[in-house]
Amino acid sequence: MTHPSEEQLIAYRYGDVSETHERAAIERHLATCDGCRTSYQALQRVLAAVEAAPVPERDASYGSRVWQRIGPQLDQRERLDWRAWLVPRRWVAVGAMAALVFAAFLAGRFWPRPTQQESAGPIPVQVRERILLVAVGDHLDHAQMVLAELVNAGATETLTKGGVDISFEQQRAQDLVEANRLYRQTAARTGDSTLANVLDELERVLVEIAHSPAQLSSAQLNEIQQRIEARGILFKVRVIGSDVRQRGKSAGQIAPRGSS
Amino acid sequence: MDGSDAERVAQALAGDRDAFRVLVERHSRSIFLLAYRMTGNEHDAEEVVQETFLKAYRRLSRFESRSNFGTWLYRIGVNCALDLMRKRRPEAERRDSDTPEGSEAVRELPSPDPAPDRLLLSAELGRQVAKALGALSPTERAAFLLRHFEGQSIEEIGRALGLRTSATKNSVFRAVQKLRRALEPFVQVKPNVAASRAPSPNQ
Repeated sequence: MTHPSEEQLIAYRYGDVSETHERAAIERHLATCDGCRTSYQALQRVLAAVEAAPVPERDASYGSRVWQRIGPQLDQRERLDWRAWLVPRRWVAVGAMAALVFAAFLAGRFWPRPTQQESAGPIPVQVRERILLVAVGDHLDHAQMVLAELVNAGATETLTKGGVDISFEQQRAQDLVEANRLYRQTAARTGDSTLANVLDELERVLVEIAHSPAQLSSAQLNEIQQRIEARGILFKVRVIGSDVRQRGKSAGQIAPRGSS
Repeated sequence: MDGSDAERVAQALAGDRDAFRVLVERHSRSIFLLAYRMTGNEHDAEEVVQETFLKAYRRLSRFESRSNFGTWLYRIGVNCALDLMRKRRPEAERRDSDTPEGSEAVRELPSPDPAPDRLLLSAELGRQVAKALGALSPTERAAFLLRHFEGQSIEEIGRALGLRTSATKNSVFRAVQKLRRALEPFVQVKPNVAASRAPSPNQ
């Protein structure tokens, strides 16, 4: 045979030359051609050097240490895993919660203010305030999960010939759009423009995700990921979510200031 | 630590957290090895190990019991490492021009009482290998490591990386070609120095 190409030699090295006769031909050639044999031996030495490159040792207890680090996070992630929210039973609870919050808004047209006076409604102001903030906080958590999933998608998602399947994310985004609209309108109505603005931006992204094809090519996925990152929406949701949680805590612990 | 991986997965899915702990303890070292070879530094490798198990836990219901858990986990690990590398690539490229990423690790490695000249050679070669691996694209690096160290087939690697067979073959080829260009000058057989440690071809 003629001298095998570098590509053929590499394939031969890894046993990727499937045809028996081709493999035999390369073997015979290497036995007789000094130049090709030298070249092949050099390739072998390079690969052996790569193989021999040192890697830091990890002892037998390493796995336990990894577990100690990730164990607590598993609990947290399990709680936050929005996929679990796709279970219908939970959606009933979500709907009920949203309705309760909405009712609280309509009844009191209330958004927490530190100087707000106790209302005469059936639900005490602090309790209503707290329910509301917890619900918005949860909503922001769920939205954050969807965005984070999408930003990290393509790595461990099932890659099919058609690309990346984001149907779960899409479904979840669709479900979040309605609740988001409710919270956004209420926040705008009660004058909380910071929250209303973030929710407005979030809604645009959620709508965009909900209207994307379920099966994305890597390029399409990349485009969505870049748009999410360019807007910094994940960061904004995180910050406002943390703020809302803090306000929720304060509402649950501190009596409204300035009440008379 | 009894029970197959598949049994442990089933138990973990049924809510047995301890079953997942066994899987973590069983596979952490091999994922670390993979992560270190992919990222070239311990800090990033640790991050990849953690992220791999966290993702695996959340996606456990997607694991098909007839598959090999180790292979499935590897796939997640490779992709976690790829994500991290892509995120840090501009930074890595800057570093690449002066200090190779792996040099720190090379210094930290325990050496089984080597002769001084061999130690020097190993350290230098280790640096060059780290540098050459660092110069590969993330996909080339992943394809090469899975082919060379894990012995995975081209088809398996293609599935793990979402590449067609031809693209996978090409990635492995380009990776080996680049490594060869970069490292061949350092592994040439020279009397009294390299000959003693240059491995003989095994095929």
